[in-house]
Amino acid sequence: ELTKEEKQRLRKEKKQQKKNKEKKDEKASRESDKEKKSAAPASQPPTQHTAQKAVPASAPVPLPASEAPVPADKPAKSKAELKAERRARQEAERASKQGKKGEVGQQAATGKAKAPPSELQPVVKRLPEHIQVDNPDVLKKLAKKLERQQVCIYVYYGYKVSLFSHLHQYSRKAPLTQQLSIPSTVIHPAIVRLGLQYSQGIVAGSNARSVALLHAFKQVIRDYTTPPKEELSRDLVNKLKPYISFLNQCRPLSASMGNAIKYIKKEISNIPSQCKEEEAKRKLLNCIECYINEKIVLAAKAIAKYSIEKISDGDVILVYGCSSLVNHILCEAFEKGRKFRVIVVDSRPRLEGREALRRLVQRGISCTYVLISAVSYILPEVSKVFLGAHALLANGYVMSRVGTSQIALVAKAFNVPVLVCCETYKFCERVQTDSFVSNELDDPDDLIVTRKGKTQLEDWQKVDSLGLLNLVYDVTPPDFVDLVITDLGMIPCTSVPVVLRVKNVDQ
Amino acid sequence: FTGAVHGFLLSPIEAFLSDLKRGGSGTGPLRGSAETARETTALLRRITAQARWSSAGDLMEIIRKEGRRMITAQPSETTVGNMIRRVLKIIREEYARSRGKSEETDQQESLHKLLTSGGLSEDNFRQHFAALKANVIEAINELLTELEGTTDNVAMQALEHIHSNEVIMTIGRSRTVEAFLKDAARKRKFHVIVAECAPFCQGHEMATSLSEAGIETTVIADAAIFAVMSRVNKVIIGTQTVLANGGLRAVNGTHTLALAAKHHSTPLIVCAPMFKLSPQFPNEEDTFHKFVSPHEVLPFTEGEILSKVNVHCPVFDYVPPELITLFISNIGGHAPSYIYRLMSELYHPEDHEL
Repeated sequence: ELTKEEKQRLRKEKKQQKKNKEKKDEKASRESDKEKKSAAPASQPPTQHTAQKAVPASAPVPLPASEAPVPADKPAKSKAELKAERRARQEAERASKQGKKGEVGQQAATGKAKAPPSELQPVVKRLPEHIQVDNPDVLKKLAKKLERQQVCIYVYYGYKVSLFSHLHQYSRKAPLTQQLSIPSTVIHPAIVRLGLQYSQGIVAGSNARSVALLHAFKQVIRDYTTPPKEELSRDLVNKLKPYISFLNQCRPLSASMGNAIKYIKKEISNIPSQCKEEEAKRKLLNCIECYINEKIVLAAKAIAKYSIEKISDGDVILVYGCSSLVNHILCEAFEKGRKFRVIVVDSRPRLEGREALRRLVQRGISCTYVLISAVSYILPEVSKVFLGAHALLANGYVMSRVGTSQIALVAKAFNVPVLVCCETYKFCERVQTDSFVSNELDDPDDLIVTRKGKTQLEDWQKVDSLGLLNLVYDVTPPDFVDLVITDLGMIPCTSVPVVLRVKNVDQ
Repeated sequence: FTGAVHGFLLSPIEAFLSDLKRGGSGTGPLRGSAETARETTALLRRITAQARWSSAGDLMEIIRKEGRRMITAQPSETTVGNMIRRVLKIIREEYARSRGKSEETDQQESLHKLLTSGGLSEDNFRQHFAALKANVIEAINELLTELEGTTDNVAMQALEHIHSNEVIMTIGRSRTVEAFLKDAARKRKFHVIVAECAPFCQGHEMATSLSEAGIETTVIADAAIFAVMSRVNKVIIGTQTVLANGGLRAVNGTHTLALAAKHHSTPLIVCAPMFKLSPQFPNEEDTFHKFVSPHEVLPFTEGEILSKVNVHCPVFDYVPPELITLFISNIGGHAPSYIYRLMSELYHPEDHEL
């Protein structure tokens, strides 16, 4: 291991030297590093190349700073002197690394740096830019980056509630695609269509969005040709970056989409350079197919198998909103012959429960439908609550559609068991304790309703002190959840970081 | 000889009854509870003045009979029943005063009285007193003045409970809470979050009205109540009825709000004037809940699936007294455990069942 470390350090030294010679390029690369990290918060820098850059940028920060002025002052240093300097630095770093190793444990918990898991770098976590809207520097950097990638920036809409001034707020009436030129030269049309579908809510739901994303990427790969003198593995990743920024601007990426993108980037960068283009493309398409099949389709089957053990005859099951996974489970259980009835709880303004209601009624399941304000009336009849999840966070909190935490709270008060169904590819390394720090603000005009010919909130924009808040997600504390059913089995909420670690080691 | 109601008294009573029946479609009261209370009391005063009766017992019979009709017209509007019981109590008191007995001895039964007096304590209010009518009408007038001032009395206490830079949460629309918050906004700056309370969305009206008074208001969907609760300092709500055990019968969604407040240890304050206090208990399952047309929840445009699903649209929620921190009424602030005592001062136990 020591020798491996030495080699790494040597490589680092060489790179640092290169940087020190071109001072400007170093600064630019650090900036682009930050922006790369903020653009794809859940995805790690794909190649060893950028990982190496990241490590010196974060950990031994004083060293490059001290190096930078020296060559500028004395450009005529002899080669021997430089070599001696290098060796001295190596020794110093080896000593410091040894000291650090003694202190730090063997954890792979820091998600950002891709250094080998035994070394714990003091990583400066780059916050995703979509939760730093109130910071003008971040906004400027984002604007510069988007300009470079030729993606138009989104103007937010309407008066924002002060509690959520750090988040973007979108309006459905002004999608990002209106600002694009036709034909779009930078963004692939399949991605443009996907972005529009996301922003208008045509494709909604965690699984649906990920699958749509992967299909769009398959189309992109099919239409891709490697330009001359470029390697497919590096160029394709660079091509994907503006697409991801664009999709992020249309609607912030979900945790499942983030994980899928990470996987694709890894697969692309692992393509050996001597591979022919056709074969490489075929391989990638195959990888994506396998991913969808394994992580989504087969996972759903496994989860259904586990859940059916938990559904008994005569059960009254409560579900909230429209979760493709929970609907699948209920349909499977019904086909297997279990006798139960379902209560579908819905909430304004999205009213997704009606879609779930339609699907269940079509299969012949007897259903009841209520709004979320009536949940404490209907809960004494309920025997189990099944909830879907958007993501499972590393501290055991369940991030899901807004209202889920409320249902779990009332169910707990009535002593009704709450089961959450979630595939493992939605597990996320973020931690969060409340629904404020990272959320999505949907179009506030959705809350407006016309009853008996009167629309009370029609002119809400004109009134200064009136604000509408349309949240999309909320987090449920783990003490409200009794069981999480995943494709790996049935685990308690607190075992999520264990699963994440096992997955990381496997990869 | 029992008293009788004249013909010319019948039409205002009938008008009132049909008003009650119409107003209860659940889409939000056509008039607030305070108005209903005032109208009931005014009607009772009229009955007292114009009906033919010779003794207190007759009058009480008439009022009970008309009262029963009013209550059956709209069972969920409990203020009607409360006012009737108040007036009956007034009649008893005036009668006792006319007989010369001090008020305390004719109070409700105590264990001591049961043992020492032996048998029913008294007359059935059959004695005739000439001044009784005038006294009763005067007392009812006092009651009416009290009713007129309730909202102001509650709102006057606002500054004691709201400090500046607070975030206050409320649900639906309550005129008492609106007056309460507007009164506090004259001196303090704070932020109000209103849960819209689907499907009737009365929260929207509340928000518009509060923002016109210059209060920073935010409207949220019902589903976001728990999500934003961590940032809320106080929850102030109104209610339809205060039950005898200190619990509430409030608009649906209030129980969830109360549970969320309990989870975050946020105080829950109920602004309820005294005429909302009712001697009912929540155990009567079939009389507690009221349902309205399910097309508010699943409109008829949904078509084919309508015939295959059950849809419920309850109007009220039960909130147990353990979740409530404080009641603010026109006579001051009380803990939920004190409500039973207030009730015994307002109503006579024999009137609990009309």
